[in-house]
Amino acid sequence: MATTVARRRTVKPGERRSAWRAYLGMSLLSIFFLFPVVFMIVSSLKPDTQIFEDVSGLKAFAPVGDISLDNYSGVFDRVPALRFLVNSIFVTALIVLFGLIVNSMAGFALSRMRWRGRKIIFALVIATLILPFETIALPLVFWVSKLPWIGFDGAVPHFETGWLNSYHVQVLPFVANAFSIFLFAQYFSSIPKSLDEAARVDGAGWFMIYRKLIVPLSGPAFATVAILTFLPAWNSYLWPLMVVQEESKRPVMIGVQYFQQLAPAWGEIMAYSTLITIPVLVFFLAFQRSFVSSIAATGVKG
Amino acid sequence: MTTTTAPTPEVPATVTAPRRRRGAPSPVRRAEQRSAWAMAAPALIGLLLFLGIPTLLAFGLSFTNARLISPSGPSFVGVENYTRAFSNDPTFVRSLLNTFYFAAVVVPVQSALGLGLAVLVNQKIRGVNIFRTIFFVPVVTSIVVVSILWTFLYQEDGLINSILGTLTGGAFTGQAWLQEPGTAMPAIIVLSMWQAVGFHMVIWLAGLQTIPAELYDAAKVDGATARDQFRYVTWPGLRPTLVFVAVTITIAALGLFVQIDVMTRGGPLDSTGTIIFHAVQQGFRQQEVGYGAAISLIFFVLVLAVSLLQRRLTREK
Repeated sequence: MATTVARRRTVKPGERRSAWRAYLGMSLLSIFFLFPVVFMIVSSLKPDTQIFEDVSGLKAFAPVGDISLDNYSGVFDRVPALRFLVNSIFVTALIVLFGLIVNSMAGFALSRMRWRGRKIIFALVIATLILPFETIALPLVFWVSKLPWIGFDGAVPHFETGWLNSYHVQVLPFVANAFSIFLFAQYFSSIPKSLDEAARVDGAGWFMIYRKLIVPLSGPAFATVAILTFLPAWNSYLWPLMVVQEESKRPVMIGVQYFQQLAPAWGEIMAYSTLITIPVLVFFLAFQRSFVSSIAATGVKG
Repeated sequence: MTTTTAPTPEVPATVTAPRRRRGAPSPVRRAEQRSAWAMAAPALIGLLLFLGIPTLLAFGLSFTNARLISPSGPSFVGVENYTRAFSNDPTFVRSLLNTFYFAAVVVPVQSALGLGLAVLVNQKIRGVNIFRTIFFVPVVTSIVVVSILWTFLYQEDGLINSILGTLTGGAFTGQAWLQEPGTAMPAIIVLSMWQAVGFHMVIWLAGLQTIPAELYDAAKVDGATARDQFRYVTWPGLRPTLVFVAVTITIAALGLFVQIDVMTRGGPLDSTGTIIFHAVQQGFRQQEVGYGAAISLIFFVLVLAVSLLQRRLTREK
């Protein structure tokens, strides 16, 4: 290993050896972190009998043998998978979109404007960060099952009691988010306040300053918050489990239960799992730098 | 702030508090107040409706026998739900112990593994970014998918047994990991760490990169080995990160739910039930929302204790 004489002068043999060791270690770890995902994708292309045959060798990780997309068509035949996907995309998009608007406005007011109650409100918002969702999930079910809503019979509006089995029950509780507000406020306060004053002298209103001045300067903050809201919204499980019993409104993660109740068809389970994982994975690989720095941003609290 | 134009006496930034005007605020200030409230209102109303009120409800409901769907209203039962949990519900006590068991293993091991990975990918060698990305892939994979996937891997005729069989040259005959009370929780521990450790690698990495390179250079000049460098430069610089990582893992561990719900439903023989799983079983599946709220609050007290501990540990510095 240390016989590359030509290189000796620039790189010490010890360093080269440790670099090789590092590569070896990281490659072994990569296998550990990737094998379940590779196995999932590969198995989604195989019939059940072959999955179990291949499991005892390296073939488990290779798309060889009787390869087809049959499991995928099976998924759409046996389970309303398309419905679940559409529901999840819809709910996730609304949470992210509304969340960006609502929380950035609040972050703006809390970081750049002077108003009575600002400090106490900000402290209260930060204090709520300590509350895990699991603490309030059950009371929240109780609460939303009693809230009023205006429903429509065709074009005729009427009052309803209870938000269960709806799209709004999956969206509205997750729009306002204390951590998003905190991130926006923190980012906005790094922009010089003299900009606002200049704009005010020119007669701009506060909303105009927010919309035309601060928002365009805060792309990274919006990207961070979008990523941090997107992941839990797409992965949401506990909440829809409790509040959405109606099949036509259910999101993708609840769909997994359907396969557990059916006779285990592992090929189809793998196909469905791949289907709901790949979009996130592709998104992650495309924006990995923002992803990682957003996740790291959750560490700044400490 | 760095522009020092005139040698005027410097005023520390902290002293320049916002100007405070006594008496009636000017119309301009009043307009600012109104705009501020208007812009903050949607978020504040949301937090009040879906965080504030449910928190108060959690307290209120935990002292009642409220049911999720019930023709008659809830009635006050005092601390009965709490006494029931600790002295009349062995499954709850078991769940509490299972949760502690999970946390006791996951917190130190996952913290250490995360740090190990971070040190590994913090080296300045080519292609290291690819490995960072790979180690992070499980983090962006939904825990529901991870749970269902590993359920298959852990089957008696699943992948884990076949790998172990191959590695031991056939000496290992395999078992159904999730069906044995002794191995179910360790199996869940492994997959939970597999999924989450990349997250903590990133946090550790951010901590590592705050340590100035000059310190390492100075240590090298003094002839410090790699191990010395870690011991005397890296480790002392990582204290705040350590506290943060340990606390976030603890809180997440105390909230363990999805893996249990998807993989074992608390079994076999209650060996994997957790606090939150039990709260959902009682409060939602059995509809006893009052009792479920009490269990959720017991969980919250634990989280609060951990957070207060974090406060103390970081303030000491």
